[in-house]
Amino acid sequence: MPQTLYDKLWESHVVRTEADGTALLYIDRHLIHEVTSPQAFEGLKLAGRKPWRASSIVATADHNTPTDHWERGIEDPISREQVETLDANIREVGALAYFPFKDARQGIVHVVGPENGATLPGMTVVCGDSHTSTHGAFACLAHGIGTSEVEHVLATQCLLQKKMKAMLVKVEGEVGLGVTAKDIILAIIGKIGTAGGTGYAIEFAGSAIRALSMEGRMTVCNMAIEAGARVGFVAVDDKTIEYLKDKPFAPKGELWDKAVAYWRTLVSDPGAHFDAVVELDAAAIKPQVTWGTSPEMVTDIEGAVPAPDDFSDPVKRESVARALQYMDLKPGTRIQDIAVDQVFIGSCTNSRIEDLRAAAAVAKGRKKAANVRRVLVVPGSGLVKRQAEAEGLDEIFKAAGFEWREPGCSMCLAMNADRLEPGERCASTSNRNFEGRQGPGGRTHLVSPAMAAAAAVTGHFTDVRNLL
Amino acid sequence: MRPFTIHEGLVAPLDRANVDTDAIIPKQFLKSIKRSGFGPNAFDEWRYLDRGEPGMDNSKRPLNPDFVLNQPRYQGASILLTRDNFGCGSSREHAPWALEDYGFRALIAPSFADIFYNNCFKNGLLPIRLPPAEVDELFAQTYATPGYRLKIDLGAQTVTRPDGKAYSFEVDPFRKECLMNGWDDIGLTLRHAEAIRAFEEKRRAEQPWLFA
Ligand code: SF4
Repeated sequence: MPQTLYDKLWESHVVRTEADGTALLYIDRHLIHEVTSPQAFEGLKLAGRKPWRASSIVATADHNTPTDHWERGIEDPISREQVETLDANIREVGALAYFPFKDARQGIVHVVGPENGATLPGMTVVCGDSHTSTHGAFACLAHGIGTSEVEHVLATQCLLQKKMKAMLVKVEGEVGLGVTAKDIILAIIGKIGTAGGTGYAIEFAGSAIRALSMEGRMTVCNMAIEAGARVGFVAVDDKTIEYLKDKPFAPKGELWDKAVAYWRTLVSDPGAHFDAVVELDAAAIKPQVTWGTSPEMVTDIEGAVPAPDDFSDPVKRESVARALQYMDLKPGTRIQDIAVDQVFIGSCTNSRIEDLRAAAAVAKGRKKAANVRRVLVVPGSGLVKRQAEAEGLDEIFKAAGFEWREPGCSMCLAMNADRLEPGERCASTSNRNFEGRQGPGGRTHLVSPAMAAAAAVTGHFTDVRNLL
Repeated sequence: MRPFTIHEGLVAPLDRANVDTDAIIPKQFLKSIKRSGFGPNAFDEWRYLDRGEPGMDNSKRPLNPDFVLNQPRYQGASILLTRDNFGCGSSREHAPWALEDYGFRALIAPSFADIFYNNCFKNGLLPIRLPPAEVDELFAQTYATPGYRLKIDLGAQTVTRPDGKAYSFEVDPFRKECLMNGWDDIGLTLRHAEAIRAFEEKRRAEQPWLFA
């Protein structure tokens, strides 16, 4: 019987299955960061257990770390304690790799894994972080897990899972100039809603997805969780394999050839059955901007803020009304007329080198608009930062009046000092526009890196296609 | 983990869809390296008028009188009634920890986000999915009846109203058994350590590059 990629990934990891279908899935890669792991390590220790296979662990500190003045260390004592707890835990149990605070390869866990070749096709990848779906770009079964599950994986190298349903999201055709992976995934979420993928594993396919770089595919898979799906992935093709060649933890020599032969099988067979299929026309996708407090509250740059009455479902009407109040927006306001106070270019969605190049292409020769208080550019990792500097992107940003920072999660979730002031409005390349996500009372509009840079230099949302 | 068999308790309504885990427990509380004590900060940004930070004395903070859980009639509630896609967003397990620590034992909604749903079972918290129409009825009854209580029987998979009408709900047999017995997943899984080891050895032989 023809199998989906999901069937293949699933079946190759099942250790055993309970009568009700709950399976014990073997985990190949365990990514760890400081926020969701301390309680798991503590639980393990209290129970007198040892990690099953420490060499499956790749760890880094990213959520709490500051993005400037690294010479001062971590000034917030509670954040520092959390990062130091991670240092101590990894020292004690060991890991395949640890990129601590200030390490040259430190960065956001979902950027660090792939760029080091620690994420390989066919793996199961878990992390106590919902954006673990990012790694699906490499045809991995990549789950975000809770802290109890982090402990479970540490102790048993397995995760208890029930097989999900399979959804195929097919984006066919060619996107226009200035339309990016971020716009594609926001358009998908706009179409299926933030709960549209709940209970499903999503395979992203179609010519527009195949045309994306690995980095673009990571952006798409990253936000599968914003469509409600715990995992999202893309089949292996030449780009997957090219990307991994010579990465530090990728196999070499004879093993490489053997691995590649296997990886080539990681595609859905023709005629495989999906429980749901969603199709989008790439050519119809325009640069996207969210206007509300959920990623599904999205329109395009030519659009306007809707009115609650545009929605028939009463629960939805109520959420839209609440969102507009929180966002301080009036129905009918044109997206292009919305001014921003801050701009954030970063996060595991959009902080890789291509994202920074796209932002720099717009920023080049232009200046931050006077009404924009601050533009933060936060590379996803130390490696991304150095690459950007080698290409002179940092100089472009600085000349435009943007701030060039050290890597980390930064204002994606504002656990460190980078945050919005109450009432401030931000064009952000991150993945969540929830109330208070970027600081209490802060208002977030999700956009692509190019659109964020366009907002930075014009002071309001602007169709980046007019600036290219 | 505290076993869950039959629970009877006061219902509190949170009439919003898409309540995310940032709202359930704001990020500044994630800096803790402990797993208890999050209850006073559950729904912190809605619940208090000031900005909450870890280490504050929460009993001295100004409560937001407009937030439903602060109304006197819902004090002591142990069943939270809410709307679609509850628990969406970040995978933080601090969200079920906070709800459990607040005193909730069960949650009722038309749907829950996947990771959150899963996390609940690991913490003795029972998330119950009921069809939207039944959730609507429960909201109406809760608003109309001060002291409105429900009885939840996990074994029978029913939610029973004070007037005797019962709704039944679905739950995975495996999750149900673990929750009813208060079993720790890790202990259960380690009973299969042999099978895991055998699987691992086979995998190591077939795909050695995964074990570098
Ligand atoms: S960048 Fe944002 S979404 Fe990504 S891991 Fe960090 S906090 Fe989470």
